Amino acid sequence: MTDQGIGARVLRKEDKRFITGKGKYTDDIVQPNQAYAAFVRSPHAHANVKSIDTSAAEAMEGVEAVLNGHQLTGDGIGNIICGWGITSKDGSPMNMGAWSALATDKVRYVGDAVAVVIADSKAQAQAAAEAVMVEYEVLPAVSNVLDAMKDGAPQIHENAPGNQIFDWEIGNKDDTDAALASAHHTTTMDITNNRLSPNPMEPRSAVATFDESEDHYTLYTTSQNPHVARLVLSAFYNVAPEHKLRVIAPDVGGGFGAKIYIYPEEIVCLWASMKTNRSVKWTSTRSEAFLTDAHGRDHVSTATMGFDADNNIVGFKVNTKANLGGYMSLFSSSVPTYLYATLLSGQYNIANVYCDVQTYYTNTVPVDAYRGAGRPEAAYLIERMIETAARELGVDPGELRRQNFVREFPHQTPVIMAYDSGDFAGNLDQAKAAADVAGFPARKEEAARRGKLRGLGYSNYIEACGIAPSAAVGSLGAGVGLWESAEVRVNPVGTIEILTGSHSHGQGHETTFAQLVSERFDLPTDNIQIVHGDTDKVQFGMGTYGSRSGAVGMSAISKALDKVEAKVKKIAAHVLEASEDDIVIEGGEVKVKGTDKAMGWHEVGLSAYTAHNLPEGMEPGLKEGAFYDPTNFTFPAGCYICEVEVDPQTGVTEIVQFTASDDFGTIINPMIVEGQVHGGIAQGIGQAMLEHAVYDDDGQLLSGSYMDYCMPRADDVPSYTVSHHSTTCPGNPLGMKGCGEAGAIGSPPAVINAITDAIGNNNLSMPATPSRVWAALQQVSAAQAAE
Amino acid sequence: MDMSGEYRIAAPIQTVWDAIQDPEILRGAIPGCEELEKTGDTEMAAKVSLKIGPVKAKFAGEVTLKDMVAPNSLKIEGEGKGGIAGFAKGGADVQLVEDGNETVLTYQAEAQVGGKIAQLGSRLIQSTAAKLADKFFANLRDELEES
Repeated sequence: MTDQGIGARVLRKEDKRFITGKGKYTDDIVQPNQAYAAFVRSPHAHANVKSIDTSAAEAMEGVEAVLNGHQLTGDGIGNIICGWGITSKDGSPMNMGAWSALATDKVRYVGDAVAVVIADSKAQAQAAAEAVMVEYEVLPAVSNVLDAMKDGAPQIHENAPGNQIFDWEIGNKDDTDAALASAHHTTTMDITNNRLSPNPMEPRSAVATFDESEDHYTLYTTSQNPHVARLVLSAFYNVAPEHKLRVIAPDVGGGFGAKIYIYPEEIVCLWASMKTNRSVKWTSTRSEAFLTDAHGRDHVSTATMGFDADNNIVGFKVNTKANLGGYMSLFSSSVPTYLYATLLSGQYNIANVYCDVQTYYTNTVPVDAYRGAGRPEAAYLIERMIETAARELGVDPGELRRQNFVREFPHQTPVIMAYDSGDFAGNLDQAKAAADVAGFPARKEEAARRGKLRGLGYSNYIEACGIAPSAAVGSLGAGVGLWESAEVRVNPVGTIEILTGSHSHGQGHETTFAQLVSERFDLPTDNIQIVHGDTDKVQFGMGTYGSRSGAVGMSAISKALDKVEAKVKKIAAHVLEASEDDIVIEGGEVKVKGTDKAMGWHEVGLSAYTAHNLPEGMEPGLKEGAFYDPTNFTFPAGCYICEVEVDPQTGVTEIVQFTASDDFGTIINPMIVEGQVHGGIAQGIGQAMLEHAVYDDDGQLLSGSYMDYCMPRADDVPSYTVSHHSTTCPGNPLGMKGCGEAGAIGSPPAVINAITDAIGNNNLSMPATPSRVWAALQQVSAAQAAE
Repeated sequence: MDMSGEYRIAAPIQTVWDAIQDPEILRGAIPGCEELEKTGDTEMAAKVSLKIGPVKAKFAGEVTLKDMVAPNSLKIEGEGKGGIAGFAKGGADVQLVEDGNETVLTYQAEAQVGGKIAQLGSRLIQSTAAKLADKFFANLRDELEES
């Protein structure tokens, strides 16, 4: 291993430009003859659009054009689609309502765009957008899922009666009902998973350029998956055929899922560029981001877990109502189904699991994947249930988990997933030791002397990453394959460019991917460049989400490296007159094992390109590509233990200790992995204690700025104790499982379990704000007073 | 959001009744009112400048008087568009009761806002709307008692 190979704490190559402010983001792109777009957005959650008067706006200085939805659809721009078809229990397809990038007849959430102004400057565009007069016929609106499903609720899409999109199920209902009926003990809970706004530091942005002379479009955009964006823009939205459309996602400042989807604004910028024959730029304001970036979570569930007389779990039954917002976003249907209910067996050996899920339209912004995407909802449900069951059964919550752990692999769950590896007890032991769980009673007593309530909560999460085997997801309704591609180009001077379909928007691919090559060819990472995010450079790729860039993206690179390595050895064997099997690559040289015969690495590159002395029949050059399709999901898992202190006077909760033991399989760069875990846990603590996207009953977004939407800050999170206890993933050549989402998935139940332990009241919902914690404490006092 | 209040006005009931329909008096009483013109028997067009939290906007809208039972009760309805700031609408049920030479005015008002004002100023709307409603009726009383 080189000192920059797999397992090394290599400093991030990309940080030099990020830390010095030299990153190049979409909003930094300035095209010749660039105009600016400003969108006219509905202030109503639900309304018919009666008329749009653009005359005043069109007459304003600097205004190039004011365009509306009828013009857009008239030009053949297609509706925005959901790319994952879900089939209801009765065999019917999901009820996908039409979504035009600019609303034509009806608006369905506050922020729904009805027109766009293109002007010379941003200020002129905004001023003119304000002058567009839209006459609305306001309709009754519905903002939460329980209201949307009621009889007589406002109807949002004509083809979705009762606002229902689908009614889906997984697992065996009869067996699960029977298991629960004969259970010795059952635990039942109503659990809500709070709605969240994603908050990438960089807002969404797009710069579209139509080149009339070439009949060609270029789009710079804040995308986690530029090739998917091009595919969808081309195949479904009819903007341009793929070979006439180049999509570039340059530096992207965080995604968290919100930048997977293709939004109306990017489509409109491309179309407007053609209409005006100018480059068109739009950059979201933070207010627009709150209104229009796809939200996350928003589940309302009822669950029952059954145990036999020996405290073994015998059945788990869940009903979930999920809010998908006013329209179906790109992967919205997969989040509360195949990314959620397939994980409801948790880390446990449960013979019977059944879940049915009903999804509904509401007059809110679309809901789609957000860091974890379905898996945090599953983990929160299971881990609160088992902790609660332990309290009801009067047993140690860690030990109740332990006795129910899956211990043998592969393990087929009743809900599709086949776990391939893991050592759940190993993670539990490591976390318990690091958290000094044995010393907790003494700490609780000491805290009580200071007037504080101290509590401890566990979360033993499991998730599915490495998304995903193409044939498997295809059979479940996915409209795309979820493989990855890579190309390795060795230059004549021996430096290497890796072209990858993965996209880095904070993950550090430029460093970790280079480490993989460094490990293979014993070269410094400085000699390796990672190229990504440009459809003209990289042949194809499915992008980055679902913690897939390691397990899938790097596996594709690894396959391409295999081919390069084989060719290098052939060339060296030929030049050095040795057997291929005796060639080794180390120390910047390609050597004949056990001799002093060697070529410099760069000399092999040069030989390949001069082609003066290659083996008979060998093609010149040194460039290989590979597509890698995963054989299974990967299953990162771990144990998180949270310890809190609550001030009973104020309800203020302080997280005093947070311990993580994760199983991510092979780790390329421990520093980057720890960073991912830290960020993920901070996001999970945000969901558990601070963040909540709130609409009022009229569909107005009340948490529309940082005054009302509370993000975690440095003093809201503790100094984490992070450790690893890994098993190798057998499903991919590198043994990797992925680490991008684990922190956000595993942490919320640990936090809430700790707080409910501290206050002695399980009736607590996220976010556990001081007022909610205080109110829950008052319930305890009132109950005690009544006794 | 709902608000209510009560005022004792040192003026006879008929005077108060007439004043409530008088554009001149309403213009002085509506907080932030810049223009108010009668467009029909019971309709008026208004321009009102308001600041709610961080959002300052000029609303162009209509004021309508409804359900008039002279001189005892009526409903005042208003609806305004603030351009990019969003919209505001609301109404007040007003009751007048004669008490000697004085009049007791009670009102129940409700208001609704949308768009950017709701997004940015939601925490402040209840208190701002209650304050504005109260200020309107206080202004009305002051104008009547001065005249």
